[in-house]
Amino acid sequence: MLSVDLEHRFPGLHLSARFEAPPGVTALFGRSGSGKTTLVNAVAGLLQPDRGRIGLDGELLLDTAARLSLPPHRRRMGYVFQEGRLFPHLTVRQNLRYGGWFAPRGADGAEFDRIVTLLGIGSLLDRRPSHLSGGEKQRVALGRAILSRPRLLLMDEPLAALDEARKAEILPYLERLRDELRLPILYVSHSMAEIARLATTVVLLEAGRVTASGPVAEVLADPALAPGFGLREAGAILRARVAAQEEDGLTRLDCASGPVWLPHLAAPAGSEIRLRILAQDVMLALTRPEGISALNILPATVRELRAGEGGVMVQLAAGGEPILARITRRSAERLALAPGMPVFAVLKAVSVAPESIGGPEVVTP
Amino acid sequence: MTDWLTPDEWRAVALSLRVSVWATVLSLPPGIFVAYVLARWSFWGKQLLNGLVHLPLILPPVVTGYVLLMTFGRRGAVGQVLDEWFGLVFAFRWTGAALASGVMAFPLMVRAIRLAIEAVDPKLEAAAATLGAPRIWVFLTVTLPLILPGIVAGAILAFAKAMGEFGATITFVSNIPGQTQTLPSAIYAFLQVPGGDGQALRLVMVSVTIAMAALILSEWLGRAVARWIGGA
Repeated sequence: MLSVDLEHRFPGLHLSARFEAPPGVTALFGRSGSGKTTLVNAVAGLLQPDRGRIGLDGELLLDTAARLSLPPHRRRMGYVFQEGRLFPHLTVRQNLRYGGWFAPRGADGAEFDRIVTLLGIGSLLDRRPSHLSGGEKQRVALGRAILSRPRLLLMDEPLAALDEARKAEILPYLERLRDELRLPILYVSHSMAEIARLATTVVLLEAGRVTASGPVAEVLADPALAPGFGLREAGAILRARVAAQEEDGLTRLDCASGPVWLPHLAAPAGSEIRLRILAQDVMLALTRPEGISALNILPATVRELRAGEGGVMVQLAAGGEPILARITRRSAERLALAPGMPVFAVLKAVSVAPESIGGPEVVTP
Repeated sequence: MTDWLTPDEWRAVALSLRVSVWATVLSLPPGIFVAYVLARWSFWGKQLLNGLVHLPLILPPVVTGYVLLMTFGRRGAVGQVLDEWFGLVFAFRWTGAALASGVMAFPLMVRAIRLAIEAVDPKLEAAAATLGAPRIWVFLTVTLPLILPGIVAGAILAFAKAMGEFGATITFVSNIPGQTQTLPSAIYAFLQVPGGDGQALRLVMVSVTIAMAALILSEWLGRAVARWIGGA
């Protein structure tokens, strides 16, 4: 468990943030300039905040009141930077080994061969960073951070410098790290798609302040927070299990509220996945619609309505799990929606973007 | 081969090489340290240190030589202590010539290395720190390898400057054949004697040859190091 309580003033930003990061992936989400990188740098020890306390698993790393501040090399944080920051004069192998030279003897950590295999960088070991593609560099940077035997991984928008294809190349590796290594990860991002896919906990940062934090499914399904994530990006996460690959090329998934069909999904039957359902892709109906092309219709109950700039954010409960729907104020009035009302949520199969399909959630011990 | 230069002339060439090599080698560690301090640290009096390092570059060499004589001479504050405690004498010895050319070459060396250090991305050093490397190891494993081309350039520059140093040397340690008579001093001495032009010209040619060799060596070394760092 990482606990952070910091205050720091920059020209143009007054950072005053307090949050806790339980095991799993904690996503720090916020617009650029909201203080995310400052926070992560303070946790790593690369920035000395004006005031604050940082503790990890009961050990204090920083306590300005007691004039305590461990230098970065004694904090044992694996930091994956946005730009990789591989050492240009060392080979990939030497870059990967670098952290191991300084790790304390007997520190727990993953073995070299396992990480190399996990990240698929075995064929790159003798190359220099200047001969790697952007995606390869970032994978090596990940491996280097993990192999330094850290107690916590810090990732500052590790995918931001990559194009969509490279992102898609690395995301599965990140998921495997999350699921196999069980290292706590603090993940900075301003991409909802990445957060929906990777995070277990979300901390929402606005202008230097934490405006919300909690388990990802709860935070993303909170209609009050939706504007903070951006109206187009807002959407809840549904857990689903792959049930069957059907003959017409669709994949059937079982959700708590019923079956959902997706265009073919390359996942074996029985695997747990996350679906991200954008609020703007959900239509509401009072009765089960007939003669409609949409395949995915889930019975649900209205839980909460919140009117705002972009219309009305409606939180529904479908089989106990929350879904967000964004509709116009006029529609809300015409349907006379009120908490407790039974409705049907209509999702178009294609509206579930493939990039938002994620792996199973980490079971937090 | 040996009759090409007289024994005195050979001694001057050998002495110059010895003086310059020692001056360069011994000023490298403090040169790298001062360059690092000037490039990376911020502290009160940094401009003072910067000015002090560059002083020999702007002062007349005779003045530098005179200051050296006052401090490192037999009766100078530092010279006396070194003589009594370590038996180290600078005045009118070849060691003094090395000291004088080292001091004169120091600003050039520091400049070259400082530029190289400033070109190293501090983010790489920060990355090394997060990987568990203490500060000194960050320097040895990241900064130092990356500034090697700058160090090579600074060393060659300092060597060339030391080979050519005249004013401070002759003021501090005089012009004693076989003792403190370096190449430039010897050329100067020959030019003072009627009929010495021929000898002077031969030494000038030796001078040019050594300078060219140093230049070619530095180019080659610089490229080799850059290739090693860049990972061809």
